[in-house]
This record gives sequence, C-alpha cells and structure tokens, in this order.
Amino acid sequence: MPATRRRWLSGLAAATAGAMLSACDKLTMNSGVQMTLARAEGLTRRAQRLVANRTALATEFAEHQISPDFRANGSTAPGDLEYRALVESGFADWRLVIDGLVDRPLSLSLAELRAQPARTQITRHDCVEGWSAIGKWTGARLGPLLDKAGLKDEARYLVFHCADTLDPNAPEGLARYYESIDLIDAFHPQTILAYDMNGAPLAVKHGAPTRLRVERQLGYKHAKYVMRIEAVADFAHLGGGKGGFWEDRGYEWYAGI
Amino acid sequence: MPQVPSASVLVQRHSLVTRLTHWINVLALLVLLTSGLQIFNAHPALYWGNTSTFAKPWVAMVAMERGGQPVGITKIGPAMFETTGVLGFSGDQVRGFPAWTTLPTYRSLADGRRWHFFFAWLFVLNGLVYLSANIAGGHVRRDLLPGRDQLKPSHLLAEIADHARLKFAKGEAARRYNALQKLTYLAVIFVLLPMMVATGLSMSPGMNAAWPWLPELFGGRQSARTFHFLSASLIVLFVVVHVLMVLVSSPLNSLRSMITGRFAIRQGEV
Repeated sequence: MPATRRRWLSGLAAATAGAMLSACDKLTMNSGVQMTLARAEGLTRRAQRLVANRTALATEFAEHQISPDFRANGSTAPGDLEYRALVESGFADWRLVIDGLVDRPLSLSLAELRAQPARTQITRHDCVEGWSAIGKWTGARLGPLLDKAGLKDEARYLVFHCADTLDPNAPEGLARYYESIDLIDAFHPQTILAYDMNGAPLAVKHGAPTRLRVERQLGYKHAKYVMRIEAVADFAHLGGGKGGFWEDRGYEWYAGI
Repeated sequence: MPQVPSASVLVQRHSLVTRLTHWINVLALLVLLTSGLQIFNAHPALYWGNTSTFAKPWVAMVAMERGGQPVGITKIGPAMFETTGVLGFSGDQVRGFPAWTTLPTYRSLADGRRWHFFFAWLFVLNGLVYLSANIAGGHVRRDLLPGRDQLKPSHLLAEIADHARLKFAKGEAARRYNALQKLTYLAVIFVLLPMMVATGLSMSPGMNAAWPWLPELFGGRQSARTFHFLSASLIVLFVVVHVLMVLVSSPLNSLRSMITGRFAIRQGEV
C-alpha cells in the first residue's frame, strides 16, 4: 500500500474511532440515557431482596483474617470546627440525636450509646472502588434504638447526618456527608452504630466517635462521624434529593452491588 | 476459456434466535468490557483472597516519576514493565487503562457502574434466551457437541495443522463446525460467560449475604475480582481470534450467515 494511502486510511480510522468515543461520552451525559440506565438499580434491588432473606447475614470472619491495613476513604480528618472541638474534648459533649418521624426523640451521650444493646462482628468492608478489608466492629444495634425512639407509621427511611464536610466547594446542602437506608436494612441484625474497631475506640480516620455499619452494602453507605439520625418519609428534600452524598453525584442509592 | 462456476447452494446455518442473541451479545459485551475497564480504573490493582493486601497486589498499574517525567508501570508479580501511554499513565493522566478503552472516556466510576449493571442484566437475559432456545431446540447437541469422529487425536492433530496453515473446510465438510471451533464455542458459552456472571455476583455485598458460598467458591471476593478480570481477558482473546478466523476463512459468507442465516456451500469441492 502506498504511504499516502496508508496515512489517509489510518487517519480515517482514527477519525471514526474518535467520533465513536465522543458519541459514547455524549450518550453518557444524556439525561434520558442516564434515566434508562438507572432503571437497572431497581431491578437489582428487587432481585437481591428476592433471593436474600431480610435477615440473611453478611459473611463473618475469624480474628486472624482481620486486615492489618484497613484503608480509610472519604473524610479522614474533618476540618469542621465543631467536629475539631469534639475531638479535642474527647467527645465529652458529643450527643447522638435520633429524631424526625419518631414518638420519643433521643439524645444520647457516647457513654449512653455504649450502654445500649450491642453486637460485635468481623466483616468485610467492600469499597465501591473495588478493594476489600476485614475489620472487627462493636456497636449499638440500630433496631433496638429505633424501637426505643418509636418510629411513626409514615417513617420509611433513616437519614444519617454527619459531621464532615467532604466537598467544601459544593453549594450549601451538598457539601456535608449524609446517607440513608430503608427500614429493612435499619432493622437488620448486623446494622450497628460502631464505636469500637478491632477492639479499640474508633479512630478519627474511620469515623469517630461512631459510624454506621450496614454490612450488605458498599462502603459509601457506612456513614462516618454520625451526629444525627432522622426518620423520614422520603429524602427528596435533603441535599441533592438522591439520599446521600455520593448518590447526589451519580452513585446508586441501593449499594448492594 | 471461461471457467465453469462451481454450483453453490445456500443452506440455513443460524436460526433467528441465534442471530439475534449473537448481535445483542456483541453490543452487551462491548459495553460491559469498556465500562468494566472504567470500574477497574477506580482501583487498578488485583489481589488473591478475601481482602486487598495493599502493599502487595499481584497485578497493579501505577504511575512513577523518572527524571521529572511520569511513566506508567505495570507490575505482574515480581516483574515490572514500562507501559507509558497505555497502562498506568496515558494522555497526561494517571490511569490504569487509557481513555479510548473506557466508557465513558473521562473518569467516572458512577457512570461506568450505571452502564455496567444495565448491560449486565441485558447480557444475562439474552444469554438465558440463547441457552433455553438452543438447548431445548437441540442446536447445542446437534451442532456444538463434537462428533465421536472429530475427537480422535489424529483428527484433532490434523485440524490443528490445518488451522496453522489457514486451510479451512470446503464443500460438504463446511456444513458442520470443526472440532476446535466446537470446543472453543462450548468453552466460551458454558465456562467463560457463566464465569463472568458468577464472579461478578461474588463481588456484590448483597449477594454475599444471600449466597455466601459463591465468593468462597473462588477463594474470596478479591480472588473473584481477579477471576472476573482474567475471564474477561480470555473473552477478549476469543473475540480477536474469532474475528480473525472469520476474516481469513470466508468473511462475507460468514457475516451473511450471521445476518440472514444463509451460508453458501460450494458443491463439487472437496
């Protein structure tokens, strides 16, 4: 093949490939395409709930399998002034508030939280990025706490409001971390507010003084630095309306996959 | 003297279900591969076992600096390869696989996951249609299981020699697949593609609670992720060889048979 023809052909191939790639990007950014693709999430949630019992437990591991290098993602040292003050006082003034659609709002100190019905579990933490680490968690079971507060009939979800600003450049309401789960996961026996990790009080990078463990979902659902748990009928009015910091940025609300 | 054209007859080679599911599968696998590489790029390292041993992955794509210049490095076990421009560092970015291989081209784990899980459902449903129609319809038994004559070592050796010389069956012999072709298709349909689904489900924490034995089967979640990557690589290898074989044997005839279903057999040729 003459050099000019070869150059012409490879130029044509490159242009075609480039056009296809940019078409794929345009498709990805199209809201109709996004909405269609997002439909798979509901299908996945229903299919998983169909094959998994409501109380089916995530695999628990042995002590010797605990990861020596459990990675911390998201906020690891929140700069929020209120949170800094709490750390400096050893969380003496920290209160966990449980309110919203409940009959008896609660406000618990760390010592009171530690006195609640607890569970210890050695589980695998799966980050949406693809890595896994095993840790031992001790914490107050969420179910009994909710029973104590008394959920109203309209309550469908629990929203976890956190102390850390993960995206300082985002507009008000989108900057701070938050997450939400439904009642099936809220009352699951392994769903706890963990205050100990691997036998020691939770470190700041892992969400001190307490983080959510919702073992059948990916890492970003496990909200760290939890300050307030709000029972709601829906979460459309919160943040970006998708039920969580990462959900507002395109990640699935149901993170069982 | 004008050559007498040898008579050729059109035979029905592929059923409508096979043709439809073949092309849907092409689309699904293309989206799954490219969105899968997008997802892989969020953490371009592979491990064995349940957890990630961050200090020593068995495969990793990283960027390093040499003489003020960033270079892409791919580590496989103790071996290190410089892969600048392709793996580890490409297009002035630190990234596992380059932009032209990922869906979308820009970095977006959230979008990669959207594409991946939607097309995973399409892939599974499409595969179930193919399997139920072709197992019940007898296509698998009739056309994909090798005949006893085809499995004789002498025959297999002869086929390997023929393939190496790019000599393909003609005339009546072209009516059925050769043994290497059959064994390859069977391995892809019944081993590699189901392996993708099983290893994919093994990475889901929700499925882990439903079927804890599934990730165990592969030696843990991170092993399952490794096998997911390896099976995908073998499928890419299969597609490359498959397309090459079509191109060097009878490209137009093969392509037509997968579109209209009709395949031309030249009679009188041996």
